[in-house]
Amino acid sequence: MDFLIFWLSNVPGFATPFALGVLGMIICERSGVLNLGAEGFVLVGAMSGAGVLISVGDVPFVALLIAGLSGSLLGLLFGFLVTILRVNQVIAGLIMVFLAQGLTSLLSRNMDWVNKPFAGLSKLNTGILTEIPVIGPIIFQQDLLVYCTLLFYLVAFYFIYRTSIGLRLRAVGENPDAVDAAGGDVILIRLLAVTIGTFFLGLAGGYFTVVVSKIWVDGISGGRGWIIIALVIFARWQLSRALLGAVIFGCIEALIPRLAAIGVQLPQYFVLMMPYAITLLVMVWSNLNPKNIKAAPASLGRPFLREERH
Amino acid sequence: MVKINQNYKIKMEKITKSFGDFLALDDVTFNLDFGEVHALLGENGAGKSSLMNVLSGIYAPDRGEISIDGKVVNINGPSDSKFLGVGMVHQHFRLVKSFSALDNIALSINQASYYTEKDNLRHKILKKMDEIGFELDLDNPVGLLSVAEQQRVEILKVLIAGASIIILDEPTAVLTDEESHGFFKIIRSLARSGTSVVLVTHKLKEAKEFSDKISVLRNGKMVDTVIPGELDDEALINLIVGEVFKEKPQLSNNFGEEKLVISDLNLHRTNHAMGLTNINFKIREGEIYGIAGVGGNGQAELSTVLMGLTKLNSGSIKLAGYGDITKFRTDQRRKCGLVYIPADRQKYALAGELSVADNYAVSAILRGDLGSWMGVQKLGKQRSTSEAIQEFDIYGVQRLNQNAALLSGGNAQKLVIAREFSSKPSVVIAHSPSRGLDLKAAAFVHKQLLAARDAGAAVLLLSEDLDEVMLLSDTIGVINRGRITAEFASPADRQKIGKAMVN
Repeated sequence: MDFLIFWLSNVPGFATPFALGVLGMIICERSGVLNLGAEGFVLVGAMSGAGVLISVGDVPFVALLIAGLSGSLLGLLFGFLVTILRVNQVIAGLIMVFLAQGLTSLLSRNMDWVNKPFAGLSKLNTGILTEIPVIGPIIFQQDLLVYCTLLFYLVAFYFIYRTSIGLRLRAVGENPDAVDAAGGDVILIRLLAVTIGTFFLGLAGGYFTVVVSKIWVDGISGGRGWIIIALVIFARWQLSRALLGAVIFGCIEALIPRLAAIGVQLPQYFVLMMPYAITLLVMVWSNLNPKNIKAAPASLGRPFLREERH
Repeated sequence: MVKINQNYKIKMEKITKSFGDFLALDDVTFNLDFGEVHALLGENGAGKSSLMNVLSGIYAPDRGEISIDGKVVNINGPSDSKFLGVGMVHQHFRLVKSFSALDNIALSINQASYYTEKDNLRHKILKKMDEIGFELDLDNPVGLLSVAEQQRVEILKVLIAGASIIILDEPTAVLTDEESHGFFKIIRSLARSGTSVVLVTHKLKEAKEFSDKISVLRNGKMVDTVIPGELDDEALINLIVGEVFKEKPQLSNNFGEEKLVISDLNLHRTNHAMGLTNINFKIREGEIYGIAGVGGNGQAELSTVLMGLTKLNSGSIKLAGYGDITKFRTDQRRKCGLVYIPADRQKYALAGELSVADNYAVSAILRGDLGSWMGVQKLGKQRSTSEAIQEFDIYGVQRLNQNAALLSGGNAQKLVIAREFSSKPSVVIAHSPSRGLDLKAAAFVHKQLLAARDAGAAVLLLSEDLDEVMLLSDTIGVINRGRITAEFASPADRQKIGKAMVN
């Protein structure tokens, strides 16, 4: 029982960065922009968050905000490349990853941010609520961003499915010509979607350093950006399934240290491999169902070019 | 000063539009009355779409004046025409397939709030549907609806946006006969409710049956506007296809054995392609078999089926000397001597980013004439290409390694023909071989086809240009909705062919 409570109370902390990242990816890809650069935006966010805490001081929320904004900044470059210059989206996405890897490594070394622990964001103290058996530690002993993430999902759900902006966003990913014919600005909508989407990817990265590790080392995200991409496919670009996918992965990631704690002997590299092996399984399982493949926005990855007018 | 033209909903006066040297619209005047269904008839390229594109603001006319409701208007883009109440239903729908009809309409009318206005919009749509009398599922994704129902969504989009003039571009091209009938009932009730409808079509029958007035365009000129019933079919066809040109057909006098025998070809219709139904014909050695028909009636499907690019559902293709070749792959058919001149030469006949020499030599390389797969004889490739350029009079080749995409239409087609005819072909399949070419280049293409015929090849000429078919063919079949509906021996009566094409 203790094992279960310990395990589950750790799940939200592990699930939150996935949930944030997948949310960003869905906003971006619903507009038809294929984003393979997730790992890059996560890394940039992670380093910026750590950088703020080391160089400015103990301001975790500012650090998180900066993490998101720096994701957006790189996202703006990505958006410019793929929407205005119509660069191949696969290539542009991969470039973002390599650019971010090099950039974060260089910057953090120059600024001397590597391996410097900081206080970061700690869990909320909800006082008496934490004392409630079982659900107390699971639900009420989390950091603020966990609750904010749920709020973000609600707001995103409202925007995507309830407003005319969301209607356009969804339409642009399916058939940009229909939006163009209705007088909507396809490029602008996509650019906005990319900028907002990469904000959440940067925020996910910030979470890794500001909340989880409380330290920066090179490549700290360790490929979780790629897991986020796999989760989007699992989620069929839908918010509810995205949250479910994030929680499943949170469970897996939270389980590994718990197993070690109760003395289960597993080879270290096998444990490290687990999330990726499971990602692979999820991808295989997802693509066995043709519904999942069809769920992708119909114009995903296709640059928009208006028909010739004379 | 505002000019008043009170009699008409729309007056388009002396509209002229040219693209480079090509005069698409030449001094065209077109009037549309309140609440009428006005058919715009003409062959492909007659100027119907150009005229409507001017009205919907996609093309800016060189000269001319448009007035709507008696006021001279300036249409500077699609949004202007939308504002003035002109709505166009394109042949290719602009729908978001995963959205419901309701969401598609919400998207198109661009309202400020979406979710809160949804119920209002639904009521508005239901009321409109009640007015014109049709039914539609508003809540399931439109991708699940039939083509006819998707078309209704497009019409509703235009109506809810407040259009009082609706342009329908070849609306029945995608519909079955039964669906077309239902469609025209809707159009009639639309007109009764005061909407003016322009029906762009090349189908004589539906123009006669369902419109109040027919305007005929030919070669960019407005020929006449008539009331259906005033003229008989023959007179109308005369208006559409024009008078017979005094060009001399050169008939073959040297037919040989039956070369290509097509029996009972069937290909199922899909959402984006016409099917083929019970196609039967034979081509003899030294014969040009021309297939006349309005574009999109199965010509593309027939040519790809014969080349083995599309798998047919039933039927057989027999080639003298090889027997049944129905199951042959494209490369095997080519080995039997079939050659192909596709309609879209830049897309299917040439690799534009490769050099002229590569494009020319590819078939010789595949035949093994220029070395083996281990190595291609570079010199031989260059020599044979230079010879072909000389022989076929291909202009505009500065270097053999220049990109083929840089050639002009006529010279690109000459390159295609030079390559296809580089081995002595036994069967030539040519689809619109002179499309987009000027007279001189077209004459060259014709000469090559006649030369192939005289050398004993069986030639199948599919063309949307009736003049071309009549000029070259020894036998003429007419294709209509994926069937060969009539067959004539040359010289044939132009009127009769024209009638079979549009009926």
